[in-house]
Amino acid sequence: MAKTADRARDVLGDREHALRLLRLMVLVRRFEERAEEQYTRARIGGYCHLAIGEEAANVGSIDCLGADDYLFVSYRDHAAALAVGSSPAAVMAELFGKETGVARGYGGSMHLLDVDRHFLGGWGIVGGHLPIAVGAALALDYQDAPGAVLCQFGDGATNTGAFHEALNLAAIWGLPIVFQVINNLYGMGTSVDQASAEPELHKRACAYRMHGERVDGNDVLAVREAAGRLLARAREESEPALLETTTYRYRGHSVADAGKVYRTADEVDSWRDRDPITRFVAVLQEHDLLDDEALDEMRKQVSDEVGEAIREAAAAPAPGPDELYDNVYGDEHWREQFDAMDTAAPFGEREETRSWLR
Amino acid sequence: MTYREALRRALDEELDRDERVFLMGEEIGRFEGSYKVTAGLWEKYGPKRVRETPISEEGFVGAGIGAAMLGLRPVVEIMTINFIMVAQDMVVNHAAKIRYMFGGKVGVPMVIRTPGGAGAQLTAQHSQSLEVWFAHVPGLKVVAPSSPRDAYGLLKSAIRDDDPVLFVENLVLYNVTGTIPEPDEDFTLPLGRAHVAREGTDLTIVAHSYTVRRALAVADRLAQSGFQAEVVDLRSLRPLDVDTVVESVRKTSRVLIAEEGWATFGIGAELAARIGRACFDDLDAPPERVGGAEVPMPYAKPLELAALVLEDKLEAAARSLLAECGLAGAGAGRD
Repeated sequence: MAKTADRARDVLGDREHALRLLRLMVLVRRFEERAEEQYTRARIGGYCHLAIGEEAANVGSIDCLGADDYLFVSYRDHAAALAVGSSPAAVMAELFGKETGVARGYGGSMHLLDVDRHFLGGWGIVGGHLPIAVGAALALDYQDAPGAVLCQFGDGATNTGAFHEALNLAAIWGLPIVFQVINNLYGMGTSVDQASAEPELHKRACAYRMHGERVDGNDVLAVREAAGRLLARAREESEPALLETTTYRYRGHSVADAGKVYRTADEVDSWRDRDPITRFVAVLQEHDLLDDEALDEMRKQVSDEVGEAIREAAAAPAPGPDELYDNVYGDEHWREQFDAMDTAAPFGEREETRSWLR
Repeated sequence: MTYREALRRALDEELDRDERVFLMGEEIGRFEGSYKVTAGLWEKYGPKRVRETPISEEGFVGAGIGAAMLGLRPVVEIMTINFIMVAQDMVVNHAAKIRYMFGGKVGVPMVIRTPGGAGAQLTAQHSQSLEVWFAHVPGLKVVAPSSPRDAYGLLKSAIRDDDPVLFVENLVLYNVTGTIPEPDEDFTLPLGRAHVAREGTDLTIVAHSYTVRRALAVADRLAQSGFQAEVVDLRSLRPLDVDTVVESVRKTSRVLIAEEGWATFGIGAELAARIGRACFDDLDAPPERVGGAEVPMPYAKPLELAALVLEDKLEAAARSLLAECGLAGAGAGRD
């Protein structure tokens, strides 16, 4: 397994792999730009949190996951779904609330998942998925299974009680999990400096005698190297770790936030010089792995793919009102368990009053 | 066998039957559980299957959810229901939502066991009956057995269920004794089914958990005055067996709903609405309800006794309802 860590530094020796990483980042960028546009066209409702600018932090670590590993992320989750290989059409369909969506249109933007690829959400409460990810690591440990868990979250989550409890449990139980804080410098409109007594978030690991480190989250190779190494350690030695990846979101917290009142235009511009895609393109070109023509072709292919995803999502059917009560429960006996409850049920649940749905 | 021992037997059988089942909670191992429900299980099954946790309810309830999502069957103990509030986000915002918001693609087969109840001068922060909060939430199931037999059969069903179940025990019930079937892997009781604990014709008293025992004692007292009260033990709050309650009320025409928790927005409120619709033409009087005094639980013994739903309070409510219906000799208190 030590090779896993070595390979993480060695992506540039594998052109196909390196281009796959770039393509994923370009796909995330394009997908998010089009999602933003579709939101303004009211095809996407509710909240919609974009990862534009954070592609390297997302993609770099997810690229290190193997078939035995599991992934949990926050509500800024489109990039994760694409990075694990979910079809862009199914992800877009979920944003559109369609039954071909990854969660059949029941979850929306914040609750993407792909059980077959071990991507277990897409979670809406800041910090809430950290203890749950610990439970997944506990299950791996319990079953002596070979994998590890990667749990991504934003800087805001590090100030919740759930963060503390999750890291403490992972440390005392020696669980195979890497906590990755994607530090984009703001929790909504509150800066990390303002919100965190120790703004160097990786140092929080000390409190749990856990390994913590910070890498440049806009350098996909650095993210990949660190995540690969820490995941290998989690798998092999059942040692948890806290990885801080510093990055920046160009857009607001969600599409409803212009992202302008709590930061300056100069600040946003300064991060464009450190753009993760531009930087990785430069590295690939330096190593003669990519020319302008191939890059243009890649961008075109990705654009076409996202365009097709939008067309498919728009054409797909939405779940119907007769599916409203599906999957509240899943036990095979749930109907018989509940069948004595219907008598004189309140308005909205009786069969008769439900008839307006049809 | 005591209620406590019946629970332990159910846990023991399920641990033995299914490798996916494991226990998790504070002091449940070497300490044997704050109320000794898990005594002996840590020695028998070891620290992996009887996992001791720090005081981190949000953390370990969340860990139970994650383990359940990967196919294990965690049985998480919260020392008392009062402490579940620091894990409320995990229970209500996570466990209850997961199957639905992920389009049915993953579930949470987890049990949370926890005792509620009051009566030992444990005061305001340790004397609550909060189960109705959870019975309000789609996605959860809430079970509250009143006898050793029900505790045994329902806990096994809860552990085998594919959805999150809050299994509410009661501090005062732990030492109550009763008979349970011989150890039998196949004996379970279905969730969502109430039980007529005593048959009667004049009045229905609906209750759950420890209040069922008080209702049965009150039924004995009423019988001495010639009134036959029927006692319906709900056993489960969500699913709620309204059919059994309605059938009883149609027979007796009078109903008193009793609960240990506060009555406002409680089980009585819920059932009164449903009974009002289903039994409108059968009722001699509006449904009556009685619950704990609407104060934080006080410490001083006379105050605590005044706040609890003791037999005297229940009996007075029952007799007042019978008198309202013109039943001669009902009186307002004990004979």
